[in-house]
Amino acid sequence: MRPEGRRNEDGIRIDPEAEAKHEPRRAVLSALVEHEPGVLAEVSGLFSRRQFNIESLTVGTTVDESRARMTIVIEETRPGIQQAKKQLRKLIPVISVRELDHDSIQRELVIVKVNGEEPDKVHAITEMYGGETLDAGPRTITVEITGNVQKIDDAIDAYKQFGIREIVRTGYAALSRGEQQTAEVEDEVKLTADTEVPADDD
Amino acid sequence: MSDSAQTPHADEVETEATDDRPDEPEGESHVEPIETGADAVVAALKNAGVDYLFGVQGGAIMPVYDALYSESDMTHVTMAHEQGAVHAADAYGIVTGDPGVCMATSGPGATNLVTGIADASMDSDPLIALTGQVPTDLVGNDAFQETDTIGVTQPITKYNHFAASPDEVGDDVSTAFALADEGRQGPTLVDLPKDVTQPETDVEPGKPEMPDTYNPPEKADEDAVSEVADVISDAEKPIILAGGGVIKANASDELRAFAKEHDIPVMTTMPGTGAFDQTHELSMGIAGMHGTGYANMAITLTDCMLAIGTRFDDRLTGDVKTFAPDADIVHVDIDPAEISKNVKADYPLLGDAKAVLDQLADAMTDSPRAEAWREQCQTWKDEYPLDYEMPEDRPLKPQYIVEQFDEAMPDDTIVTAGVGQHQMWAWQYWTWTEPRTWVTSHGLGTMGYGFPAAIGAKLAKPDKEVIAFEGDGSFLMTSQELSVAVRENLDITIVVLNNEAVGMVRQWQDGFYEGRRMASEYPWVPEFDKLAEAYGARGFRLEDYDEVDEVIQKALAYDGPAVVDAIIDPEENVYPMVPSGGDNSLFALSEDHLDEI
Repeated sequence: MRPEGRRNEDGIRIDPEAEAKHEPRRAVLSALVEHEPGVLAEVSGLFSRRQFNIESLTVGTTVDESRARMTIVIEETRPGIQQAKKQLRKLIPVISVRELDHDSIQRELVIVKVNGEEPDKVHAITEMYGGETLDAGPRTITVEITGNVQKIDDAIDAYKQFGIREIVRTGYAALSRGEQQTAEVEDEVKLTADTEVPADDD
Repeated sequence: MSDSAQTPHADEVETEATDDRPDEPEGESHVEPIETGADAVVAALKNAGVDYLFGVQGGAIMPVYDALYSESDMTHVTMAHEQGAVHAADAYGIVTGDPGVCMATSGPGATNLVTGIADASMDSDPLIALTGQVPTDLVGNDAFQETDTIGVTQPITKYNHFAASPDEVGDDVSTAFALADEGRQGPTLVDLPKDVTQPETDVEPGKPEMPDTYNPPEKADEDAVSEVADVISDAEKPIILAGGGVIKANASDELRAFAKEHDIPVMTTMPGTGAFDQTHELSMGIAGMHGTGYANMAITLTDCMLAIGTRFDDRLTGDVKTFAPDADIVHVDIDPAEISKNVKADYPLLGDAKAVLDQLADAMTDSPRAEAWREQCQTWKDEYPLDYEMPEDRPLKPQYIVEQFDEAMPDDTIVTAGVGQHQMWAWQYWTWTEPRTWVTSHGLGTMGYGFPAAIGAKLAKPDKEVIAFEGDGSFLMTSQELSVAVRENLDITIVVLNNEAVGMVRQWQDGFYEGRRMASEYPWVPEFDKLAEAYGARGFRLEDYDEVDEVIQKALAYDGPAVVDAIIDPEENVYPMVPSGGDNSLFALSEDHLDEI
């Protein structure tokens, strides 16, 4: 007597008609946390020990000085993103977790130091990307560009012709658009018969 | 951990384990005014109803010990090693349901607690660790006995906190207590720098209270519960998989009532063992790698699994691809992060197991029509009973020894075990009928757990019989706690199933490493009966079948710690066995069988 069914490696029962392999995707998580010593270490430690693939993590205080907001970009499969959100929410100093959608405002800042032999051309590219020149000397020019990941990648490509000496990127800071709050202070974990288990945002 | 002899720090003194507290008048609880941060720590523990503390003295924790000097409501039990303290406190938490408390000094004291804290974290055991720390102005300077205890324990605690002020330290301990106890239980730690516990304060700590941001779920969504009630009643092959969460939620009665009302067979995970009465006809025994064949058959062929308070550990599921592949899985858990972590839940019910079982009982309008399935389950029980071959003469079979002690002891006996083959034999061959009687290291697999756990369990439940099963390798790791059991005159029986090996490793080497027994054979272990006598305990050596009854009677009759060194068949192995990452329905009943699957 053998059963008919099978599960895939994520423990999800395989529906023979719709076998779905979960491809990793990029997710932007925003977490509101207590602004206290050790929270950053706790969050980064969580992502490392549970092997979540993290692209960037930024943190800063909010209007309420006792709270900080973290923006975390991860690249994971759908079950991985769900698990990351729930594990993050479980940390005691984490107040709320939300995944931001594509519509949200997402910005990164990059500082690029390029060779200074062709200042006019460098300046033109900086203008084109709405950036700013921070430092200019006979040998190097340092500029900043702010934008989404695509724009920053493009700008970096454009600067390559001069020879990039050094680069630093901040990682994403993000807020949801319009009236919608990025992270509710009063949140409630609600679970229904829906097979997706929500974090605070679903 | 007391300071090493080489230390030039003259102000850090060696301390004695003897209890020389002044005699307090009996029955009078005398409330000391709070004068220091350490007093506030002690007051917070008292507020929380703590009666036992397990620990080892040392430099940085001395102010807290000093505050305990005239304390009459709480008893501090000095252990031989911090690992003994944390396992004893852990077992206290398991058998009572209330957080056990352990304490240690900074540095090595704290790091010696680490294994036990990780153990409690894996098993969701309620535990509080209080660790001394060097004064705040020395933190970060690599001071004597300084370790970043917060950093070290962060991944293995539910919550940890570096106490920053004498005025707040009492409430810090109260919060840690509440967090260890509420929601999904787990270990918490408060790190206590000497300049927080020593200075003056008169701030009284409050009762244990959870932070505002921590809101564990209670009841499950009502609509989801009704839907699940229909799914269960429509099932043809239903089973209940009861995990440790059932026991943690004190939901064993609700589980039993629900299963009996709707005639649904029940199996338990290792931590869930005792949640259901194994003598009941609906019992399907124990599930997983060394679980019963019939439980693992039922897991594989069920069409509806009601899994309660389990995290679907790999030792339970084997290969998730073959785990209950035809089943609708209803997963009841208090921790949202467990839902669909390892096995996707078709019907998640988020809440406390007791509350959700009550909701489900109310929502059920019909019972599943599962006569044929129950018959099938009975057929498997008849076909794959737990079994071993009994020889005519020595060597002793370990399973037989477990069975004989089981027969000689009351149903509500607390059984502890270390980790390895002896643990599996105890789990398989004891008859489990009551919750909070099976105390072992499930998730972490900590060798040496069983005996110090028995000390904590006996102090927590002095009216219950306590037996510790240990292996020779396992007992070797924490046997120094015999000094404590003798000092406290604890009536505990320790049975060492001695095969002169770390037998589980030896079994795997024979099965999967072509019999290359690297570092697994222990012909050099001491005679444990003599070791016991050296500590002042009673020791018995057991080698022959005709001595078994007599030794059991004598060991149980002895009023104090008794060690039975049982020399067992060194070739005996644990079966059934689902090879690691295997298919639960393909369990080996013997070594020959292992090659076939």
